[in-house]
Amino acid sequence: MRVQRTLYDREFARVREDILRLGGLVDQALERALESLRQRDRLLAKQVIEDDAAINELRFRVEEACLALIATQQPAAGDLRAVVAAMNIVVDMERMADHAAGIAKTVIRMGDEPLLKPLIDIPKMAQAAREMLADCLKAFVTRDASMAKKTAGRDTEIDDLYKAVFDELIEIMARNPSTVERGTYLLWCAHNLERIGDRVTNIAERVVFMTTGDMKELNP
Amino acid sequence: MRKMSPEDGAPKIRVRDLDFYYGEVRALSRVSIDILPNEITALIGPSGCGKSTFLRCLNRMNDVIPGARLEGTILLDEADLYAPGVDVADLRRRVGMVFQKPNPFPQSIFDNVAFGPRVLGMASGRLELQQRVEESLRRAALWDVVRGDLEAEALELSLGEQQRLCIARVLAVEPDVILMDEPCSALDPIATLHIEDLMQQLKQDYTIVIVTHNMQQAARVSDRTGLFWLGELVEFGETENVFTRPGNPQTEAYITGRHG
Repeated sequence: MRVQRTLYDREFARVREDILRLGGLVDQALERALESLRQRDRLLAKQVIEDDAAINELRFRVEEACLALIATQQPAAGDLRAVVAAMNIVVDMERMADHAAGIAKTVIRMGDEPLLKPLIDIPKMAQAAREMLADCLKAFVTRDASMAKKTAGRDTEIDDLYKAVFDELIEIMARNPSTVERGTYLLWCAHNLERIGDRVTNIAERVVFMTTGDMKELNP
Repeated sequence: MRKMSPEDGAPKIRVRDLDFYYGEVRALSRVSIDILPNEITALIGPSGCGKSTFLRCLNRMNDVIPGARLEGTILLDEADLYAPGVDVADLRRRVGMVFQKPNPFPQSIFDNVAFGPRVLGMASGRLELQQRVEESLRRAALWDVVRGDLEAEALELSLGEQQRLCIARVLAVEPDVILMDEPCSALDPIATLHIEDLMQQLKQDYTIVIVTHNMQQAARVSDRTGLFWLGELVEFGETENVFTRPGNPQTEAYITGRHG
């Protein structure tokens, strides 16, 4: 006889919805942070920083719900892995939003200084990170370990772009030390995006753990 | 950290291809398992899955059931339990059992614990018997509770204390293995935790096999867990793994509560 764990399933469905909602907010933060950089829109940047509070709050809400699930439903095996994965995933997503806010803070700090160089690789990094996040969340919902693994593999795209931006900026700054401040602003933006790539890779690892029980680094 | 299986250490109990029948009904099929010394092995599974039948095979408690028949081998310290000439009374001394409901004799606390040593002639005088009773009560974490009045009736103890008295009664005859069949199902949570604590102390000196319906209890106390399903041992492994990443879909379904 197949028994439904109605209460557990219902509670975890709520956690899943909150995770998707959180993913949506993180994606929006990233999109707006990049837009604020592109448009030099300090108001929008300020908005990104202010919106971070709601993301933190949602993260805590998911953690609380997971804690309650463990305490009251005593999940085991795949259910337990799902709850633990959810707790880890929200932490990584919340940190992604912090990095988006980091970009927004840099935008505010830049004031009206013109960009040192046109934005080429940085938007590509952001685009890749957003796609990875979307794919990870899809893999989480559909419990698709192979999709999660494939997604984690894309982190090298972000790493390569970061290296390209980094080398280029260092070269410009070395040639002309008066550009160091403006160069550093862009370095910070790229660095935040590189970290975002690592965080989304962590999420992919958690999805693999949740579905298969294997706990290992996917893109060491 | 929980112990890994010792590469060179022989299992305390080695079961191979065990089949068990109640008349025509096959209650166990092809069960093979190694029970390691100084570990707690938990057996879980739905009612009627064979876990208690299996437990009772380990000290030949099923012998008395008419029509019961067993095939396969069970070795205790590499010696066949079912070989002709095995002294069953001595076997049950070496492999003691604690039951679901505490079942002290309607006697004093002292006489309950002294019962086995007296019957088996294990103490040569009053002093030795007293020492043995005290030692057993100490090991069962009951000495400090009862030391003031060993002549009190055993049935005046609380249920949890009665269960620890039953454990002391088993310990008094110096067993190697302690079988526990749902030892906490009649106890409240605090008495349950007392027994679970006690099991952790006892495994230093004994090998423990526990049958339990309470999966959280199996997860809390045991080093290894086996899942019985329709008379077969479908999964057996380190408890941490069984409860976090079971290898068998039936185990997954059972321990996540998705099977009736």
